[in-house]
Amino acid sequence: MPPSRKLIALSLIGGLMLNLLPWQGFLLLLRPDFVALLLLYWCVNQPARLGIGTAWVMGVIMDVADGTLLGEHALAYVLVTYLALALRRRILMFTLWQQALHIVLLLLLLQGTLLLLHLAAGASFIGWSYFLAALTGTLLWAPLSFLLQLAQRKKTSPESKVSP
Amino acid sequence: MESPPFFKRGPSPLARLTFFVCLSLAMLVADAHYGYLNVIRQSLSLAIYPLQRVANSPRDLFEQVGGFFVTQTLLQSENLRLKEQRLLDAAQLQRFRALQSENDHLRQLLNAQRRFGEHAVMAEILHSGRNPFVRGIVVDKGSLQNIKAGSPVIDDVGLIGQVTRVYPLSSEVTLVTDKAQNVPVEIVRNGLRAIVAGSGQDGTLDLPFMPVNADVQNGDVLVTSGIDGTYPAGLPVGVVTRIERNAAYPFAKITCIPSAGVGRHRQVLILSGDFQKRPPAEPRASPPPRRAKRTGKGN
Repeated sequence: MPPSRKLIALSLIGGLMLNLLPWQGFLLLLRPDFVALLLLYWCVNQPARLGIGTAWVMGVIMDVADGTLLGEHALAYVLVTYLALALRRRILMFTLWQQALHIVLLLLLLQGTLLLLHLAAGASFIGWSYFLAALTGTLLWAPLSFLLQLAQRKKTSPESKVSP
Repeated sequence: MESPPFFKRGPSPLARLTFFVCLSLAMLVADAHYGYLNVIRQSLSLAIYPLQRVANSPRDLFEQVGGFFVTQTLLQSENLRLKEQRLLDAAQLQRFRALQSENDHLRQLLNAQRRFGEHAVMAEILHSGRNPFVRGIVVDKGSLQNIKAGSPVIDDVGLIGQVTRVYPLSSEVTLVTDKAQNVPVEIVRNGLRAIVAGSGQDGTLDLPFMPVNADVQNGDVLVTSGIDGTYPAGLPVGVVTRIERNAAYPFAKITCIPSAGVGRHRQVLILSGDFQKRPPAEPRASPPPRRAKRTGKGN
């Protein structure tokens, strides 16, 4: 039973809200990119429901929310979701924690793309702690997958009770 | 040779990737170099605004609950302190008024233009900026409240920064500590002019390109000089804390700490007004900052 579009949209809005929380200082550096994580999750698990276009739209929204140049997050999200779509059959063969090893590479690529774009725009390097967000995001992969699977199961369980 | 797809799926992922990457790059260039996309940014920011408010609500709620349990003695003591402060301020204000009228009179005698009054809008800090490459804050007043990009932002002690991007209901303020932020200042003690640059770290400012023999001392107070027309003159910016004079380098390495801080209060003042109308007669108002440093060496 594929999850409804509503669940996907709700989860993306929820991820956006989590990104918009008033993170400050060091916590801001630790903030995992929830939107990117959710996009990766849905691209790996439900590639028919959303794809590169959705990632691009979410990226533009994140650009406005973070006050970065328009197109920065969009470009990074598009690259990462493309890779997730290309690698999804391989990723799905592993357990959740082994999947996280793939996700960390994708998230590092995301941060690296953003960093390169900032450097090209004239910012200066702010230290390697910038990549910490990729690590926290990776740690969240397994709990997040678990929660979203639970949400999908809850959605379907009442119907399965009714049907027999 | 690839066989035709069994299901219709639209363009291939690679085609989509290429399309969206090109689109993003075009947007980046258009935004960075030409600023064409301001309309999109403004309207999207308006769409996100409710989400932003909801995301801030836990913190606001926490503060409200915290405020409910403030003890009466604390309020009383604060009230007393504020009353005292008000009396002191009132005395200062009276002196200021007398000085201002005297100043106006003298300026009239000199046939100089009067400085234009400034208009201040109080704004509340919504959250600190989420772009880790820029030191900034976001405040809750925007173009609907007549905030304009470029306006200086102060707190009760001194200059905080400058409005750099205005949305309909909020605006982004770049702090003086940001690396790209430069403020023309002068030293109160001797009138030496310089430019303060952000160091990109919290709580420090740099005073670059000052000659080794420049008359700068520890504890010197820096205020805005007002010669750029962006900042009004006389706002405290920082205090010199460390000077390294090394003969091997042409310039001294001077570190300052900013007077104002965003960590202290939730409220800031956004100044607007025409600070450009300066008396034309003053010769010290005209030279660009680069030359100002050279004249400073002679002091």
